[in-house]
Amino acid sequence: MGAGHAHAHDHEQEAVSNSVFGFWIYIMTDCVLFATVFVGYVVLSHNYAGGPTGKELFDLPYAFGETMFLLFSSVTYGFAMLAMYRGNRKQVLAWLAVTFLLGLGFISMELHEFTGMIMEGNGPDRSAFLSGFFTLVGTHGAHVSVGLLWMAVMMGQVMTKGLSTRVQSRLMRLSMFWHFLDVIWIGVFTVVYLMGVLQ
Amino acid sequence: MSHAAIDSTGAGHGSLRTYLIGFGLAVVLTVIPFALVMYSDWPTQYIVYGVFAAAVVQILVHLHYFLHLDRSSDQSWNVAAIALTAIAIVVVVGGSLWVMIELHYYMQPHAMLTGPLGLG
Repeated sequence: MGAGHAHAHDHEQEAVSNSVFGFWIYIMTDCVLFATVFVGYVVLSHNYAGGPTGKELFDLPYAFGETMFLLFSSVTYGFAMLAMYRGNRKQVLAWLAVTFLLGLGFISMELHEFTGMIMEGNGPDRSAFLSGFFTLVGTHGAHVSVGLLWMAVMMGQVMTKGLSTRVQSRLMRLSMFWHFLDVIWIGVFTVVYLMGVLQ
Repeated sequence: MSHAAIDSTGAGHGSLRTYLIGFGLAVVLTVIPFALVMYSDWPTQYIVYGVFAAAVVQILVHLHYFLHLDRSSDQSWNVAAIALTAIAIVVVVGGSLWVMIELHYYMQPHAMLTGPLGLG
């Protein structure tokens, strides 16, 4: 006990610290990926090929709703982390469930928007502007979907394994991923929706 | 011991208070740009400035209150990584836009020697 135990604890902390930093590096590379997709969209954003413009397609109150879903989910994930630091497993599960539903609300709204546009003939094949739009917004949506899948797996792990060091470490990384996706969304609603309607 | 909270891992963590402050600021910084585009009668140029300023500030709010990035020593590597990433993004975004705006400009028949950005 004593020194040996403390040493083991330090070792665990270092492992968690390394994996969290490693995940941060991954997120940074993902930032560069999004930067290239953003710039692709901006360069093509006026090439309508006779098709609809952003002003005709985008519904700002709808985009605002999506934004609020994602922002609320960011905060509820924060509450899940606070519950984790307190060691309260039930609250962690409850907040993860709330976050999952909010994220699902966001992705459902996005899919509804996409299918509506495609049904009206304004899919990614309509113009370069729309190719850029679906690539950028779709890449973000794909990330959110993967985040939801990861969250479902983590709820299962919290239920079956409890808040072990490994589970906590994974919850920390998912936290970074989830908050990061909300940061990217700020860029999306600014560059795509707000600027699109302003043109 | 397996249930002990993990601390000082370089991830940082907030409190109920910091999450709520971050949330409040984020809501305000989302409502402002949407309201500017939907309701204001400012000249378009000023709306664009306002919208982008709100976005930049909101990104900083998220980094500080949700991702807990700060100047403390256990965050220094995270900050170094994001600084390098920011440089890469500036080069990729700035470079691409520069090239494409110049290209677009010189493809037009009335192109002049000064160039679209005054950079030749």
